[in-house]
Amino acid sequence: MATYSTNEFKAGLKVMLDNDPCAIIENEFVKPGKGQAFSRVKIRNLKTGRVIERTFKSGESIEGADVVDAEMQYLYNDGQFWHFMVPDTFEQYQTDQKVVGDAGKWLKDQDSCTVTLWNDSPLAISPPNFVDLAITETDPGVRGDTSGGGGKPATLETGAVVRVPLFVQIGEVIKVDTRTGEYVSRVKE
Amino acid sequence: MLAELRQFFAERSVLEVETPLLSHTIGTDPQLEFFTTEYCLSPQRQTLFLQTSPEFAMKRLLAAGSGCIYQIGKAFRNGESGRFHNPEFTMLEWYRVGFTLPQLMDEITELFAGLFREQSLQETQRVGYQDVFVSYTGLDPLIFSYQDYCVFAGESQIPEAVDICGHDHALWLDFIFSHKVQPHLGENALCMVYGYPVCQSSLARINQDNAQIADRVELFINGVELGNGYYELTDAKEQSRRFDRELAIRQQQKLPVTVKDQRLIAALESGLPECSGVAIGLDRLLVLLSGSAALDEVLSFPIRRA
Repeated sequence: MATYSTNEFKAGLKVMLDNDPCAIIENEFVKPGKGQAFSRVKIRNLKTGRVIERTFKSGESIEGADVVDAEMQYLYNDGQFWHFMVPDTFEQYQTDQKVVGDAGKWLKDQDSCTVTLWNDSPLAISPPNFVDLAITETDPGVRGDTSGGGGKPATLETGAVVRVPLFVQIGEVIKVDTRTGEYVSRVKE
Repeated sequence: MLAELRQFFAERSVLEVETPLLSHTIGTDPQLEFFTTEYCLSPQRQTLFLQTSPEFAMKRLLAAGSGCIYQIGKAFRNGESGRFHNPEFTMLEWYRVGFTLPQLMDEITELFAGLFREQSLQETQRVGYQDVFVSYTGLDPLIFSYQDYCVFAGESQIPEAVDICGHDHALWLDFIFSHKVQPHLGENALCMVYGYPVCQSSLARINQDNAQIADRVELFINGVELGNGYYELTDAKEQSRRFDRELAIRQQQKLPVTVKDQRLIAALESGLPECSGVAIGLDRLLVLLSGSAALDEVLSFPIRRA
């Protein structure tokens, strides 16, 4: 893998830090007029999601991380592992709940999602920003309510629970924003 | 801003001068990277340097009897680019013959009061380097205790400092000062830090009463370094020794080698009058005056678009 000098640091660059793959968020050049130059970097550990600050001496190099994003199809969950496939090559990847994390509650069989691979093994899963999912359980709506004031909880086919307007019924398909976990609209079949 | 600066110096009978940007030699400071260019006067070729500051040329004028002088001009520092750095920038540098450092600091205060009259800055602060360092870190900057510095790094979320700085006292000071002290300096006020440790004396004279500190001052507003001044070193022999020391460091670190500016040393030998001088980065000053967030906002074309 290539190494990168502090001069090449920029937002988005994937590097290895303390043996973990990380993404640079921000790089600030720090140099006293009559002193040593440093790079003060804000960096996200891609395994833990934690953001830390780290300083490098200007000109220092660190190893790049082999991290790529791939569009994949979610196949199924066998109870222990989640399985994904690259649609073009049919290549399959499996990973556990720890990596899938919260993304799991938005994934329906056959849906596509982004799998971040580090050294060719899944590091993180990101669902699409919007998903269409059917409601499997919710209280009956109140007659006459068209837009909804408070709303009510609804359980979706993947197990996720979101707040929906009162008029939405079991069996209907809704669009949800996965970044906020909020209901967006009903989807016409 | 430029008109106001010129007015300020005209009122004080300080002469505006212009010195070459291209010179046959350059400062030896290992922390400053320079640009070189080829001067072709067939059949000869000569390497010339773009000035990292007009200091040496202006000191030669002072030694020749110019009296108090100032200059507004370009300076070049290779490899410096960032929110507050551009490899080509504009510098104001002035020298006051017969001024001690505190007198020069008075004049700096007057200049800033005028420039920042609409920003209503708080009262100017003057703090000793040692005092301000101790108050933000608990460490004594004048006495290097490797153990204490390492413990501080560990407790202050900068453990990487231990590997970077090793046993290099000056490097530790640069690291800790720029990360843990400087960001706090001059909150909506001009803050002048004076009395730098001798290992960071640069071209300043050693303090008469305390051999551990140098008569050097740095200016900060809102954590941004704006300028650097000295009670100028006039001793040609000491200057020559400092050049040698810096050249040795350059060799050790495999940095581009330069030669001593013998013309400056000759000027010091012939007699540099007692004087104090300061250089201020005008682009940064403009950033602060205009309430901008970065140098790019006040430069017509920063380096990546130049």
